[in-house]
Amino acid sequence: MLAATSVTPHAKGEKSDRLFGMSDTLFYRILSVLIVFGVWEIAGMIPISIAFPTFSSTMAAMFEMIFDGRLIYAYGETLKPLGMGVAISAFFGVTIGVSMGLNRLSQWVWEPIFVVLQASPVAALIPLITYAYGIGITAKTVAVIMLAAPIIVLNTYKAVRNANPSLIQMCRSFQGTRLQEIWIVIVPNAAPVIFAGLRLGVAAGFIGVILAELLITPTGIGDLISYHRSIAEYDYMYAAVFTIIVFSAVMVGFLETVEIKYFRPEKKKV
Amino acid sequence: MSDVATAAPLNPASATPENIVEVRNISKFYGSVHALDKINLSFPKGQMTTLLGPSGCGKTTLLKIIAGLLEPSDGEVLINGKVVNGPGPERAFVFQDFALLPWATVLRNVAFGMELAKVPKAEREDKARHYINEVGLSGFEDKYPHELSGGMRQRVGLARAMVVKADVLLMDEPFSAVDEQNRRKFQEDLLHLLAAENKTVIFVTHSIEEAVYVSDQIVLLSPRPGQIHSIIRPEISRDTSPDDIRRDKKYLDAVENIWTDLRKYLD
Amino acid sequence: MRLFGFQIPPVFSLLFWIALWEIAGQYELAFILPPFSDVVSELFILIQRADFQDAAMLTFRAFVIGMAISIVLGIFIGFAMGSSRMANSVLGMWVNIFASAPLSSLVPILMLLFGLGQTTIIVTVVLFSTWIIALDTYAGVNHISPSMSEMGRSFGATRRQLLTKVLFWAALPEILAGVRMGLIRAVKGIVIGQLLVSVVALGRLFRTFSDNFQFEQFWALTIILFIFALTFSSAIGWLENKVEYYANTRG
Repeated sequence: MLAATSVTPHAKGEKSDRLFGMSDTLFYRILSVLIVFGVWEIAGMIPISIAFPTFSSTMAAMFEMIFDGRLIYAYGETLKPLGMGVAISAFFGVTIGVSMGLNRLSQWVWEPIFVVLQASPVAALIPLITYAYGIGITAKTVAVIMLAAPIIVLNTYKAVRNANPSLIQMCRSFQGTRLQEIWIVIVPNAAPVIFAGLRLGVAAGFIGVILAELLITPTGIGDLISYHRSIAEYDYMYAAVFTIIVFSAVMVGFLETVEIKYFRPEKKKV
Repeated sequence: MSDVATAAPLNPASATPENIVEVRNISKFYGSVHALDKINLSFPKGQMTTLLGPSGCGKTTLLKIIAGLLEPSDGEVLINGKVVNGPGPERAFVFQDFALLPWATVLRNVAFGMELAKVPKAEREDKARHYINEVGLSGFEDKYPHELSGGMRQRVGLARAMVVKADVLLMDEPFSAVDEQNRRKFQEDLLHLLAAENKTVIFVTHSIEEAVYVSDQIVLLSPRPGQIHSIIRPEISRDTSPDDIRRDKKYLDAVENIWTDLRKYLD
Repeated sequence: MRLFGFQIPPVFSLLFWIALWEIAGQYELAFILPPFSDVVSELFILIQRADFQDAAMLTFRAFVIGMAISIVLGIFIGFAMGSSRMANSVLGMWVNIFASAPLSSLVPILMLLFGLGQTTIIVTVVLFSTWIIALDTYAGVNHISPSMSEMGRSFGATRRQLLTKVLFWAALPEILAGVRMGLIRAVKGIVIGQLLVSVVALGRLFRTFSDNFQFEQFWALTIILFIFALTFSSAIGWLENKVEYYANTRG
């Protein structure tokens, strides 16, 4: 259910209204965000736990960390291995996936192993990485690849496999060669799903890098979480977690926009 | 039924028209399913032949075998007297589901056959524009398929097949995804367009009216396994207006006769 | 794949990988990779150990409770999203955020709030699996042809009947797909949670094994988890296939 995770078409047959100069859905979305933050603030004031800071103190901690540069430095530390890992997974993942879609032997060799890796909790192996690659940037990159590669491979494979047979026949009816068939029809036809796989790969790789930082190499944004927890500065810890959720939502939203803009013109809203 | 195998010179009026496409003894099995059984057919040059029959009679399978998109289990296809295996430049296919590249503009889609043949960009776009105009889509060159209606998309599919200058046009239920009103208009436009081009057309449809309206020759296929039931030549004059044709007694009789023949195959 | 005229089923390629593993292990190419045969014999010892059985039971119970909660919750949210444009736009935003967010970063917070015991594991499972179930349920509901509910209404079905007798069943294939994905995510969530907590249940075993360089045991434990995840997801996959026949005929 790839499509299910990426698009939310509107329920049919209702017309939209406007409230306070914005569309009503936007208004209620903003309202729901305000309610969540409000409940968080109140729960922090009671407090429901000594380890539950208010929303306002979390925000204060967040802005402090943004302005003194700690957060930006931490994200730099985290995004480097993420970028490298995703780039490596994308290159090899798309190559392997395309070869699986076009070649029986390649499919036979790779499909089962990647299905197993995709369905299994590969994260369990992250503690082992440190014995092989130490605690540097290599270890983090390997963690990203472990989590990101299977989903990229499988999405690419499925996309190529399910290339529209009618388009392939069309290409053959105009005497297209096999190479033309692959490069002009099959790969562009698969591009949207391959890109969706890359988007999922980025999300999975992000999990991988944060886990690596929490479990094996105390650096980057994961270290901000562990460090502030260990010295009981919970507002800083929550702020770090908060930025991760926001960052990932923004990143995924951005990649979805790119996907719709460049790969799925038919889904663009008119 | 076996006498139809030798029905080659179909039109005694014209001086034995050359058969541009011949199908000899074609059979097709899908596993244990017998789709086509020893089909022998001739397609006279410059004429429109329709393959008509209920679903499961193998008409699309036969068309795709002629196109070279499917391998027959037995038998051979001849184009201009030569046996062919696989697609060739003398034939162009129009697909039921249009088969347009969703990421390409109308212009690039129409020019696609020439793009594969590595015709220079300016030249192929020039030719493509001409046929986009011919099918009535000028102004839509830079639109994408999803921005067009079903009927317009199939006009793109038709232009793409016309522009490669193939002698034989193979059309697989081209109007089935087009709504009724647009279909009638499209049929008229198609006949008008073909009249100027002297093309041989092999046309698959399940609509009796459509078959009689557009064809010089109708091949009725019966299902399970697909066999030739009979070959009919409506002999309708194309000189009158479309509305007159649809009121012509020959037209109405032909529709009625085919219906009588086909109804016994319905479940 | 065919070899000498015989069809070789794809699962056999796993044997090929296992053979590679065994060779790499025998020649000690990587010290974190002991021979597969050693791992398997360790696996049989491991499953008889009392500390493993206790840890597995505790984890499994938490897993089942968590899954039950997220299935009910996920289906409820999915139907709510499918029933009105407003619910879709507001809930959809939150569900989409949480479905793709790196939730593992929330686990340290859960540990602080819910302690280091079973509650944290349950909450982790719910947090990891609810959103994808909701999204797929919504996709299923949205996918139902409007004439299905019009048919129900024209025969005088009440809202409740419409929901329980028509819409739920029509959306079932997608719901099951969502449950399968939710389940895979939940297993991943549990493993991540326990690795991070590492003082209870399986997490403590993982920590002990990796700290003491007991790589055979570590791999054995990993393989048990892999088998568990694969067994559960193929069981649901089997159920999915059983309901697929009417998914095809649905409008």
